[in-house]
Amino acid sequence: MPSPAALILSLSLLPGLLLAAPPAQRQAELRNLLYQDCGSCHGMKLTGGLGPALTRDALRGKPREFLAATVREGRAGTPMPPWKQELSDADIAWLVELLLNPEKQP
Amino acid sequence: MKRLWPLLLLVTVFAHAGTPRATGDLGVVVERADGSLLLVEHSHDGILARITGLGDLSHASVVFSRDERYAYVFGRDGGLSKVDLLEGRLVRRVMQSGNSIGGAISQDGRLIAVSNYTPGGVRIFDAETLELLADIPAEYGNGKRSKVVGLVDAPGQRFVFSLYDADQIWIADMRDPRRPAITRFRDIGHQPYDALITPEGRYYIAGLFGDDSMSLLDLWHPENGVRRILRGYARHDARLPVYKMPHLEGWAIAGRQAFVPAVGQHKVLVVDTDDWSLRDEIDVHGQPVFVMARPDGRHIWVNFAHPDNDTVQVIDAETRRIVKTLKPGKAVLHMEFTPRGEKLWMSVRDENRINVYDTATLTRTRELAARKPSGIFFTDRAHRTGL
Repeated sequence: MPSPAALILSLSLLPGLLLAAPPAQRQAELRNLLYQDCGSCHGMKLTGGLGPALTRDALRGKPREFLAATVREGRAGTPMPPWKQELSDADIAWLVELLLNPEKQP
Repeated sequence: MKRLWPLLLLVTVFAHAGTPRATGDLGVVVERADGSLLLVEHSHDGILARITGLGDLSHASVVFSRDERYAYVFGRDGGLSKVDLLEGRLVRRVMQSGNSIGGAISQDGRLIAVSNYTPGGVRIFDAETLELLADIPAEYGNGKRSKVVGLVDAPGQRFVFSLYDADQIWIADMRDPRRPAITRFRDIGHQPYDALITPEGRYYIAGLFGDDSMSLLDLWHPENGVRRILRGYARHDARLPVYKMPHLEGWAIAGRQAFVPAVGQHKVLVVDTDDWSLRDEIDVHGQPVFVMARPDGRHIWVNFAHPDNDTVQVIDAETRRIVKTLKPGKAVLHMEFTPRGEKLWMSVRDENRINVYDTATLTRTRELAARKPSGIFFTDRAHRTGL
């Protein structure tokens, strides 16, 4: 079991390279999860709600590893839960890529 | 008979297919992804029309005019829409903020209040024209504005709401609609995420995300301030991740017991409404989202947050035991009882379906097609405080 720091490091160095993209069916599930379930706090169009906006503009300048760590570990003191029990590192990397490059439809 | 003709003519103008009809058995279902509403009726469990063009309806909620003819729809994108149920069409729509979360209608039916995240605050509109009457910015120092949650109507032409970022509850007295008189309660508990008002309109109760307690305001005695109830209800357990915030809607009351969702615990809490003490904790399948009492109070229906949102449990209010675990399909989002509770409609988002249940036998009697359905709202809410 690698330490969280090692995971963050590996993600930051190798975004999406070592982590193979999830299969097509999983991608469809993740897309639904993002817009429908994450959307219950962040808005279905990711324009924000109780949680902050996750549009590309809102996330501009935020490092991939920071976004991945937020999804994985949650954010203490806020309602953002840790998703590591639900999502693999590959799932999270794919979601972060979708947030940062929605037009590429990874 | 001759004298009746002008009246009949008038009625047929308003009726959809030439047959006069009333609205007491109508309702709407939010189709969140398409920005549309289904106009439905629950006497025969049918879909009458689809009303489109309502914008972003994620997390949309609805209140009804006191004549049960109009639905006011609060959209996530700040849109406030007025829909005519008899004519099945959108009659007015204003974009009133950047990001809104819900709304309420005043005791006298003349005012619509909308709670906003961006910019944080409440705006008051004329129910007839949707003209803006008053703006209540949720300022809490240094120019900061809080997201507003848990907005309800209360007797005395008041609205009550909570400031998520500021740990406050405000009462807005709207007897002069253009000049709200605000009473503020500070340090009510950390991160109020939603609130409810008891059916008679006396107690306003906010759920807290950042504290394991709830905040109670007695609207008969606001001078006594806000008091904390259920303190430390989760102290003995590890806090579990909350993948969707619970909702406090209505007040699941059966006798002296009220049933509310715990936060971060897979439990329904049973509260004694005489002294607001914790009476029992019922272990359930997941993080509860909606905890709703059948109108007769005998059964409590509970749905759950992701990843347990394919399940619904029914609790017997008397024995406080789970009497049935249902698997309705993927992503159960909301439930609505018919006015006297013989049926329940349930939105099953990822199955693109509404399930209808017989609440006596707890069996599914019907399925209706809907696109990504979320909230279900029947018109009898028009006459219930807080809904």
